Amino acid sequence: MPLYHNEDQAMLAETASQFMAEEGAIAKQLRHWRDRECKDGFGHALWKQMAELGFTGILVGEEDGGLGMGHVEAGIVLEEIGRNLTPSPFLTSSVLAATALKHASEDLRGRYLPGLVSGDSVFAVAVDEGAKHRPERIACKAERSGNGFKLSGKKDFVIHGASADMIVVAARTSGSDSDADGVTLFAVPKDAAGMNHNAVRLVDSSMATHTTFDNVELDGDAVIGEVDGGREVLNALLMAGRVGSAAEGVGVARGAMDMTIDYLKQRKQFGRLIGEFQALQHRASHLYSEVEIARAAVIKAQQLLDAGSEKADLMASVAKAKVAKAAGLAVKEGVQMHGGIGMTDEYDIGLYMKRDRALQEFLGDAYYHANRVAELSGY
Amino acid sequence: MSDLDSFRSETRAWLEANCPPEMREPVRDEDDVYWGGRNASFKSDAQKAWFEACVAKGYTVPAWPKAYGGAGLNPAEAKVLREEMSRINARPPLSSFGIWMLGPALLHFGTEGQKQRFLNEIARGEIRWCQGYSEPGSGSDLVSMQTFGEDKGDHWVVNGQKIWTSYADKCDWIFCLVRTDKDNKYQGITFMLFDMETPGVTTKPIKLISGNSPFCETFFDDVAVPKSYGEDCPGFVGQINRGWDVAKYLLGHEREMISGAGGGDRTAAIGAAMKRATAKEGGELDPILRAELAMFDVDALAYACMGEKFLDEIKVGKAHPAQPNMMKYAGTELNKRRHELMMSVGGSRSLEWDSDDTDGGKPARNWLRTKANSIEGGTSEVMLNVISKRILDLPGA
Ligand SMILES: Cc1cc2nc3c(=O)[nH]c(=O)nc-3n(C[C@H](O)[C@H](O)[C@H](O)COP(=O)(O)OP(=O)(O)OC[C@H]3O[C@@H](n4cnc5c(N)ncnc54)[C@H](O)[C@@H]3O)c2cc1C
Ligand SMILES: Cc1cc2nc3c(=O)[nH]c(=O)nc-3n(C[C@H](O)[C@H](O)[C@H](O)COP(=O)(O)OP(=O)(O)OC[C@H]3O[C@@H](n4cnc5c(N)ncnc54)[C@H](O)[C@@H]3O)c2cc1C
Repeated sequence: MPLYHNEDQAMLAETASQFMAEEGAIAKQLRHWRDRECKDGFGHALWKQMAELGFTGILVGEEDGGLGMGHVEAGIVLEEIGRNLTPSPFLTSSVLAATALKHASEDLRGRYLPGLVSGDSVFAVAVDEGAKHRPERIACKAERSGNGFKLSGKKDFVIHGASADMIVVAARTSGSDSDADGVTLFAVPKDAAGMNHNAVRLVDSSMATHTTFDNVELDGDAVIGEVDGGREVLNALLMAGRVGSAAEGVGVARGAMDMTIDYLKQRKQFGRLIGEFQALQHRASHLYSEVEIARAAVIKAQQLLDAGSEKADLMASVAKAKVAKAAGLAVKEGVQMHGGIGMTDEYDIGLYMKRDRALQEFLGDAYYHANRVAELSGY
Repeated sequence: MSDLDSFRSETRAWLEANCPPEMREPVRDEDDVYWGGRNASFKSDAQKAWFEACVAKGYTVPAWPKAYGGAGLNPAEAKVLREEMSRINARPPLSSFGIWMLGPALLHFGTEGQKQRFLNEIARGEIRWCQGYSEPGSGSDLVSMQTFGEDKGDHWVVNGQKIWTSYADKCDWIFCLVRTDKDNKYQGITFMLFDMETPGVTTKPIKLISGNSPFCETFFDDVAVPKSYGEDCPGFVGQINRGWDVAKYLLGHEREMISGAGGGDRTAAIGAAMKRATAKEGGELDPILRAELAMFDVDALAYACMGEKFLDEIKVGKAHPAQPNMMKYAGTELNKRRHELMMSVGGSRSLEWDSDDTDGGKPARNWLRTKANSIEGGTSEVMLNVISKRILDLPGA
């Protein structure tokens, strides 16, 4: 498959780009909700609009009311989200949770997917149990109890945890913390008793929780996939999330880069446009190269994932690591080349830096994924 | 079965029957590369057999029309052939500046007579070409070159000096930029073709930091260059005084080639191979070095995606015309980093300059050679200038 968008995808990109630039713009969404200290960190009206355009159900099968499209299409929306720093539950709900629910029973799909597709529901995913992403180790426990389970333990960095109608939780049903087997995924409803969300605002104004589970009683039918056999589903949702957050990261990188290059063409110092100084030109051109290469890795990963290729796992980590480096460079150069105003809250460039920092940490940073590239390559 | 599938199976069968096992090994040495030319000799019977089979099939230049010695493959078929060759690690049957640079320029700008003559000679490996662009005062600023051709009616008399002319001492003909109008910087250059045995042409090899001497100073002392080599076969490409257009077109090809975008493993991941290399010595990769290798592999694998995307986009005209500059910049910087890491993994062994163990100091010599990647064909700085100007549209760039 050629590494560019086909006609349908190009049309979707056009729609997404226009919509996000208008409705998802920084002033209209990110700043608006941030300045009101919104407890969700995003606007529900926008989420409904995204549903009307079909975005929410891109990865949901047609039999479940979605569009039955793939990761290339989800990535198109994510890149525009990234470019406009649009806060929304798209990544956690429409990519991560939707991927998990693909493996769920008809009953669970019927319970949750209509709300996702209509934009009435928001989902979160709870995997991490510490400040760094380490899904190899799952300590959170779910013990059998009656015909259901009792869930205990804690999860960190649960994005939208307090706003979510349902949280996909990875818990241990047997074995010890670092075993591959013995992991089970649960769809935990919002109103389950014994759950406590300690919500915190992050550097990028998004909301995450430290969530504790104290003997949370779950029905047997809350299980997504197989009991003790959840690792495969977990890997699938992580892979989708990695490729998805890489796509969003490319959007962040391009947004920051475009803003910066624009600034180089306007700001005058020493009687010249600063874009005339070769010291800045070369760095801008280097940045451009890195961002283009990262984009190529992302579309390759998306296509491999959609094709169900074995190489998708390796390429997902390549994409996540490469984007982390490229977007990191874009925001750092962005702030620096803006000079003093780059440090002000009034200018958007700093917002890109904050979002990038949060995205880098989400589902594993460049170090985590470079290490994975080494392991998957056998060294 | 689609046409392309049957082309693939035919190709596979043909390669099976025609590519000797010795030619299915990565190129390790200058000797492993066959450059053709009047004075060429083959390193082995296998090299000769492989070359001759490819010439007969048009596979030295698969995408060129059959009339000019190619196989007339369309881009999709050419890609299949590339894939099938790389699947068995087949060596290129013939390497040459004629194929990479002059050929594309002639296909674009040449007369029918020039194509018939020169392209066929190139495809059959009969004439080895060198590139006479750079001069001592004109490297990055190529257009400032001074070598002058005085118009004598049916010929020019060329005087001047070129430098960094790769393989000038081993080549048969040169494609050469010569100033033919001193008053017009850009529109005063002619792209000439002439025999290196023409009286007045001399070459002097320059020794490199790698110990090899692949390139030369080239001197022209009253060299008579004919304006025509026969009917419809001018001694220059394009128009007189408009050679800069040809040179620019051709530099695009050169950059694409140096970037490794066309394939090859220069930009492939190396971590696993380096791990195997140290295992032979019972060694372990230092954790910090392993981390550097992993970061390199991330960049290399991502760059390989870029190469694929670039080729896909070129095919449908979606690539930015200045994109080869980006590929050249990123690809050559990556290749330098690759060899730095290989030196580090090799340790003291990789320092040996002429031992049997290192096959005559291969690691060190190759490492030193890669330093030219970001200089030859236009430096990294010049690539960044072009990106600033043509892609990012920065002011005054
Ligand atoms: C936190 C903070 C506190 C400050 N406190 C004070 C204070 O107390 N008093 C005070 O007077 N000032 C203060 N400043 C201002 C500070 O000195 C300026 O921000 C600084 O000199 C840069 O100028 P600028 O912001 O106009 O950026 P610009 O000059 O517009 O620079 C923009 C970008 O262009 C680059 N650039 C500019 N010219 C060239 C060139 N010739 N070649 C290459 N690159 C170039 C810059 O390096 C930068 O990356 C403060 C700034 C900050 C961020
Ligand atoms: C292995 C090898 C093979 C070669 N083969 C051939 C060949 O076959 N035929 C041929 O004609 N030439 C050949 N060359 C020459 C090559 O094209 C030139 O070396 C190259 O264009 C750089 O020119 P220069 O060496 O004069 O460096 P200079 O132009 O003198 O550059 C010196 C330094 O200044 C920097 N610089 C120059 N101008 C600028 C600018 N405007 N902005 C920022 N930085 C700048 C350069 O990037 C470089 O770092 C070869 C070179 C090498 C190393």
